This record gives sequence, C-alpha cells and structure tokens, in this order.
Amino acid sequence: MLKVNALYTEYPNDKGEIVKAAQNVSFEVPEGKLFTLLGPSGCGKTTTLRSIAGLERPRAGEISVDGVAVYSSEQGIFLPPNKRNFGMVFQSYAIWPHMNVFQNAAFPLRVGTRKFTKKEIEEKVMRVLTAVGLEQFADREATKMSGGQQQRLALARALVMEPKLLLLDEPLSNLDAKLRERMRFELKRMQRELRLTTVYVTHDQGEALALSHEIAVMSAGHVVQIGSPRDIYERPRNKFVADFVGLTNFLDATVEAPDPAHDDGYRVNSCIGQLSVTSMDKFAKGDTVLVSVRPEDIELYETRPAGPNVIEGRVDFKVFLGEYMDYQIKIGDRQILARTHPSFKSPVGESVYLKMHPGKCITIQDNTQYRKAA
Amino acid sequence: MEVVGKYVGVPATQGRGWHSFDLKWLVIGSSVAVVAYLALMPLGFLLWQSFFTPQTATKAAEFTYDNYLTAYSSSETLKLFFTSLRFATGTSIFSFIVGTLLAWMNERTNTPLKPLFFALSIIPLIIPGVLFTVAWIMLASPKIGIVNLLLQELFNTDYVFVNIYSIWGMIWVDGLHYSSMAFLIMSAAFRSMDPSLEESAMMSGASVPQVAWHITLKLTWPAIFATLLILFVRSIESFEVPALLGLPVGIQVFTSSIYQAIHQYPSKIGLASSYAVTLLMITTIGIYCQSKLSGQGNKYSTVTGKGFRPRAMDLGGWRYVTATVFLLYFSLIVVLPFLVLLWSSLQKFYSVPSLAALHNLSFDAYAFILTYPTLASAVTNSLILAVGCATLVMLLTSVICWIVVKTKLPGRWILDNLASLPMVFPGLVLGLAIMIFYLNFDIGIYGTMWIMFIAYVTRFMPYGLRYNTTSMLQIHKELEESAAMSGASWGTTFWRIIVPLLKPGLMAGWIYIMIVSIRELSTSILLYSPGTEVVSVLIWELWENGQYVELSALGVMFIIALFMLVMAAQLVGKRFGVKED
Ligand SMILES: Nc1ncnc2c1ncn2[C@@H]1O[C@H](COP(=O)(O)OP(=O)(O)O)[C@@H](O)[C@H]1O
Ligand SMILES: [Mg+2]
Repeated sequence: MLKVNALYTEYPNDKGEIVKAAQNVSFEVPEGKLFTLLGPSGCGKTTTLRSIAGLERPRAGEISVDGVAVYSSEQGIFLPPNKRNFGMVFQSYAIWPHMNVFQNAAFPLRVGTRKFTKKEIEEKVMRVLTAVGLEQFADREATKMSGGQQQRLALARALVMEPKLLLLDEPLSNLDAKLRERMRFELKRMQRELRLTTVYVTHDQGEALALSHEIAVMSAGHVVQIGSPRDIYERPRNKFVADFVGLTNFLDATVEAPDPAHDDGYRVNSCIGQLSVTSMDKFAKGDTVLVSVRPEDIELYETRPAGPNVIEGRVDFKVFLGEYMDYQIKIGDRQILARTHPSFKSPVGESVYLKMHPGKCITIQDNTQYRKAA
Repeated sequence: MEVVGKYVGVPATQGRGWHSFDLKWLVIGSSVAVVAYLALMPLGFLLWQSFFTPQTATKAAEFTYDNYLTAYSSSETLKLFFTSLRFATGTSIFSFIVGTLLAWMNERTNTPLKPLFFALSIIPLIIPGVLFTVAWIMLASPKIGIVNLLLQELFNTDYVFVNIYSIWGMIWVDGLHYSSMAFLIMSAAFRSMDPSLEESAMMSGASVPQVAWHITLKLTWPAIFATLLILFVRSIESFEVPALLGLPVGIQVFTSSIYQAIHQYPSKIGLASSYAVTLLMITTIGIYCQSKLSGQGNKYSTVTGKGFRPRAMDLGGWRYVTATVFLLYFSLIVVLPFLVLLWSSLQKFYSVPSLAALHNLSFDAYAFILTYPTLASAVTNSLILAVGCATLVMLLTSVICWIVVKTKLPGRWILDNLASLPMVFPGLVLGLAIMIFYLNFDIGIYGTMWIMFIAYVTRFMPYGLRYNTTSMLQIHKELEESAAMSGASWGTTFWRIIVPLLKPGLMAGWIYIMIVSIRELSTSILLYSPGTEVVSVLIWELWENGQYVELSALGVMFIIALFMLVMAAQLVGKRFGVKED
C-alpha cells in the first residue's frame, strides 16, 4: 500500500554542512498493517516519517501510496502535505491552544477540499471523540487537558479526516509509564479494529514489539533490518539490532563444523567453551562469528543437566527484580547475564550450570556497528 | 519569616537573634519605603498639582479644574491629541513591520549575514535618540540634507525630494529607531512558536493561506498586539524626534508641548501637568493591556511539548534579496547616521560631502569640544550619575526581587508592581513630576545633582528589577538546599552559592543601567541647572546654539565611548546579554 523506495533526505546544519538524516531507506507497508520505525534518538526516524508526510522534501527516492507516487525524484513529483490526506500525530501533539477540543478535531473537516455540512461535521467529530473517549470534553479548552487527553485529541484529529495513512511520531513518549502501557493497548486495539495502514515511530523496543506487524530497525540514517517482531527479537541480523532490541550476551567464536544434530546448526568454539549454535548464513571451518544469547534463554541448574550446550560457571552476584531474577555468572574471565524465575535460588560464589538451547544461540555475521554518518 | 532572617546572613546560632531580626526589618523596611516613595510621591503630587493654581508670593495655591478646562476645551488640545495618536500609530506600525520582517528573515529563513543581525540588539544602545535624529536632519532636511542636495545636483533642480520636518519624517526617524526593539520582541515570538502547530494544520489539509490565517495569525495575535502596544507607548512618549523635527514646523505632540509649556515665560506648569496626566493615562492603559496580552501569549507558548527545531525556509535566490534588504536597513540605521556625523565633525563649517570639502578636513571641532568649558563637568556628572544610579538600582531591586521571588511575604506582589510602576512614566513626565515635587517640598535638592539622581533611580528601577528577577528565578531552590545539606550555614550559602550565581545578572544589569543613564535626555532636560549638565544635555545645548559641527564631534566620541561600554557589557554579561527592550 505504502511503498518507500531508496529515500534520501538531508539537512543543512548550522555550519552549512550536510546532515545525511535518511539514507537509502526502502520498505513497504501492506494495507491495514502497522509498520514501525525503531531506532535510537537521532537515527532518522522522524526524518523518514516527515518525508512520507511531505513536510520534508527528500533529495532522492520515491514514495507511493496505492501505486500512485506522492514523491518521485525521477518523475519530478512532489505532492504537498495538505494534498496527501495522511493523518499525523506529532510528538508534541501540536494541539492548537486557541481552539477548544471540538474545534481542534473539526479543523481538518473545515479546511479540507471536501465540504461538509455543519451537521455532518458535528456527527463525524463526535464519533471520533467518542472513539478516543473524549466525548464529554468537547467544549473544554484544549490547553486545560492532561498529556494523555491531548494525545487522544491529536489522534482524534488525525482520524477524523479518514486518512489513507496514519503517521505517528513517538505518540506515547510524553506520557508517564502507567499511562503509556494503557495507551499502547488502546492504540493497538484501535488500529486493528479500524484496519488503518499506519507508520509508527518509536525508540522504545517494547512498544515496537508489542504493537507492530513489522519493524524496521534504523541506525545512523540506514534501515539495518526489517522483519516481524519475533524475527527482530529472535533472529537479529547484526550486532546493532541484537544489542538495541532487548538485552543480550555476545560471545566471540570460531566455527568448527556443521552440526548434524539440527537444521542450520554449527559447532563453534566460543570464549566460554564448545557451543552448538544456529545460523542463517553458511560458514566454513575457521570463520569467526559472533554468537548472541538472550539472558532469558539461559537456564540455570544447580546440578549438571543432560543435553547440549551445558557450561559450568560461578554466581558472581544477583539482583532480585520482582517478576524475575538476574544472575551475573562468571565463566573464566567472562561475565554472562542470565535471567531466571525468582524461585531459582543459588548463593553468590556457588557454581551453577548454564544450559542454552542451540536454537536460541544465534550467530551474527554482519558484525559492523553502523557508525553515525554525519 | 525564618528565610527573611537568613537573608541578612546572621546565623541564629550566634545568639544574636534579636539583632538579625532588627537588621532584617531594617533592610526590608527601608527598601520598601524607598521604592514606595520613589514610585508614588511624584506621581501623586503631579495629579494633585494639576488641580491647583500656581502658588505665588501673594497668593496661595487654590483648588481648580481650570487646568483641565483650559487643556480640554481648546481645540488645540484636540489637535494635539490627534497629532500624537497619528505620530505614535504611524511610528509603531512602521517599526513593527520593519522589525517583524527582519525577525522573520533572521529566525525562519536562510538569509546570509545572520551574525550581523545580532548587532541590531545593541544599536539603539549606542546611538542615542538625539544623535540619531540630528544625523537624520543632516541627511534629509530640505535645506542642508545630503540626500536632497545630491538628488538636486543629479537632476539639476531645486525640488525638495525629502522633508524630514514633517509628520512622515518624524514617523520615519522614530520608526527606524524603534524597529530594532520590534525586531527583538518578534524574534522571541517566532522562536517560541512550535512549528508543528502549523505543520499539523498542513497535514489536516489546510492550504498555505488557511494555515497562515487560522493558525499562525490567530496564535500570534496576542504577541503582535502586545508588541504594537509597547511600540505605541514608546513612540507617544518619545521626546527627541518630536522636539527636534516637529516643533520647528509647529507639529506638536504631548511631549513636545509639555516641554514648550515649561520653557516659555512664565512657564505654565499647571498646563504641562494636565498634558502630562493625559499622557500618563494613555501610557498606563497601554502598558496595562500590553502586560495582560503578553500573559495570554505566554499561555499559548507554554503548551508546546518537547523542544523543537524551527525549520529555516530555503529562500533560494531570494536570499540575496533579503540580504540586500538587511544591508540597506543596516546602512539606514547605523552606517549613514554615523558617517554623516563623522563627516560633519571633520568640517570647519557644515557642508555637503564633495571633493572640494574633502580638502578642508580639520580636527578643529574636536579641539573645540575637548576644551569646551562645561565638557569636563558634564562628563563627570554623567559618569557619577550613571555609576551611582546603576549601583543603587541593582542593590535596591535585588532586595525587592529577593522578597518577591524567594519569600512568602503577604503582599509581595504589591512591591513588585510598585517597583515596575515607573515603566509607565514617560521620561519627560517623570522629570516634570519630580521637578514640581521638589520645587514645593524644598529639601534643598532642587538644582543639584541629587534631583537628577533620584529621577534616574526612579526611572530605571524597573530595568533593574527585570535583570534581577531573571537571574533570581534561575537559582533553583535545590541549589540552596543542597548547600545547606552539605553543612553550609545560610551566610556561607548566600556568599558562596547565591551571589556568584547572581553576579552575571547583577553585572549585566549594572552595565545596562549605566548605559541607559548616560544617554538619558528626556528626564534630565527638565531637571538640570547650570553646573549640573550631563553629556546628553550638552549635545542638546549645542544643537540649540546651532553648533552642528561641534555637536557632531561630541556625538562621534560619545557613540564610540558607548560602543566600548556595550562591548564590555557583552563580554561580562554573556549569559544574560545586554539588550534594549
Ligand atoms: N531541521 C533539521 N536541520 C538540521 N539537522 C536536522 C534537522 N532535523 C533533524 N536533523 C538531524 O538529522 C538527524 C536525524 O534526526 P531525526 O530524524 O529527528 O532523528 P530521530 O527522530 O530518529 O530521533 C539527526 O542527526 C538530527 O540532528
Ligand atoms: Mg524523532
């Protein structure tokens, strides 16, 4: 439905140099899906979103919706933002302080090219305000509302125009933690019910994993991996993704031989010992690889369990975190983080056994950290 | 009340609680008394006096409405009123348009030469109104104006192209002079507006004119209106331009009429007072509405969430046009006025720039000024007044400000308003009020420097208050508290934490007040006597004597001295900046 192809957007900075904010960004969002741009602050998410919106003019590339280009450097097309019919929620919400709640939400209907009668406007606005739970505040001054309410109003204003595409720029980042959790579910429910094609920008991996059909992880202006939340989390293609999305242990290793015991399996010699790992790439004996194991994929035992990938270590220290327990395990001179159920109790200094399922030990070939392009 | 005791810095543990109590109330009490006295007495007396006949040796003053009857029944007054309105409206609109255009160029476009824009904030400080006006007379008067003479030569006619002695000339000069103030205020307004408010309207499908009308204009109108109001107030109380450009051709506004009423024989103080009260009413209403509107504007600008980065519009080739506009403006308000003063200061007799005149360059005027009998005393007077006034104002307002910002004393807002009250006094009205007051309550200061000192302190109190408030608000309560938690006594905290934090603001305010005191004219003009002239009054006298060449020499030196002072201020007050507003 939305197709972004080889998008480049740049800014001149204060010193007159060029900041390459988005570089060769390509992705597709199917009808009715929620697509997330995830990455650390400054990686170019907002720039990409604003280029889709038409608020920035890219240097090169193509953006099309339902096969119709809204921007194309080759064909020289640039549709201005007010002609694109995309709804957008800004990070600051951009609620107009000189209008009340109703007027804010009604604005797109009053200025759009399609004309509505007073009654139609009233009906449509009240319908979206009800959908976001603000119907009783219609006459309230917009500035008198809490952050959460302003966020809903911004959403209502974007929805009232029945946009082809919904663009959300960190819509939850200004809310406190509790409210953020709740709004996350509400957003998801609403998007799934309305089946609105949505591009969502966030730097919060939890949010991205919880909401998205598909995620693009960005770093320094580039898209570094696109995949389903499960893909991104369980099969990170490079060190940046593995590190940014969730916690992980990185182990340097050398390939010894393919492992006949399971598909895509290899036996490697890692810095904590012999391991059976899974890989999507093909390796030869002697290749160096990086292995990523998530802390929650490491099981701890007090006595040696049966099976592959069992390694002995010593408890260095532990942290009780309520729902789970973090153990720092020392193996040789390496520290490994393991996350267990709080019922597992082993005193500091005791030796324990780590067991890692070979399917959860992922090799990462592309080891290069994306450097900031600027 | 503990806090108040602590301020004086006498630790209670030393068993001198009663002493600190006394001292605390002494400091607070006397500051409050001084502020109330300065702000209220002249104003009250001015009102009072405007209802009385003049007191003479044979006859006591009597209550009368005559002053107002005379003032308001004459058609002259009506004319005066409308001329003043026309002048102030024209000036404020002209300066607003110029200032807004420049602010927009600086904040929202990629016009080159941006560093130069910074200079706009200090120019009005270094070119005093009287010199700016004189320079423009030399440029655009019908007889000696360079612009006219050059154009006449070019087209070989004796047609008068521009005439500075007209209402439009007055609006032009005063408008140019206030445009940099408009520039500063509107720059701040542009900076505080979140561009996503406009962008979200764009995303809603609004066209560019719709965005401009429904969002940009409606959001900024409180700021626009407040700026227009403050410019209006400043123009209606400006004195130099109406006196130098209007009076010679009979165009009278309130300020110049007040000056005339006093400087005729016998002087009509009652009439001047009734004009002054009328003017004061206009400025008070203006300032009141302006502060209400800015409050509303602030409400709008605080709703924006995260920090934002206003996007500079790429003007393409047009940016050379805007840069040219800026250069043109810059030459109109700085380069040309200064050059014309410099040129005339190097002449024996005033003449238009030409090759022939180039051979007659001389430093005679400088020699004349440097040996001028009253120069030394005028410079000394100016410096004494400036340093004394700046010091007292900053100290006084720091106490007031501390009470207002850091204590919970009931009624502290009254104090704040009292200290800000002189803001509504036009300089000339303040001079008049103080003159009348000390003429009647003869405590021996009339005709001395003290009366000018009192006038300066009153006039510049609001500025001191603002500088102190800015820095006082930046001292977070936790900074004091963490010092206390580290074991510091309050006295130590005050000297080691608060004073160093306050110092840049104090210094910046001190220098700012020094500068505005040095170029002060409209108050001094009514209060000086032989022997207590200040430099700006000296310039005025030279003008009245027709000594243009000598005046230019003094003006050039004056501008250079002020420039160096302002540069020093910029160095010292980097964090707070010294600027006109
Ligand atoms: N208007 C601008 N002018 C200059 N540089 C900008 C501008 N907007 C963003 N940038 C730069 O572009 C890069 C990407 O910014 P952005 O897209 O806002 O990142 P994100 O939204 O991922 O935090 C950053 O280095 C930022 O400093
Ligand atoms: Mg962003």
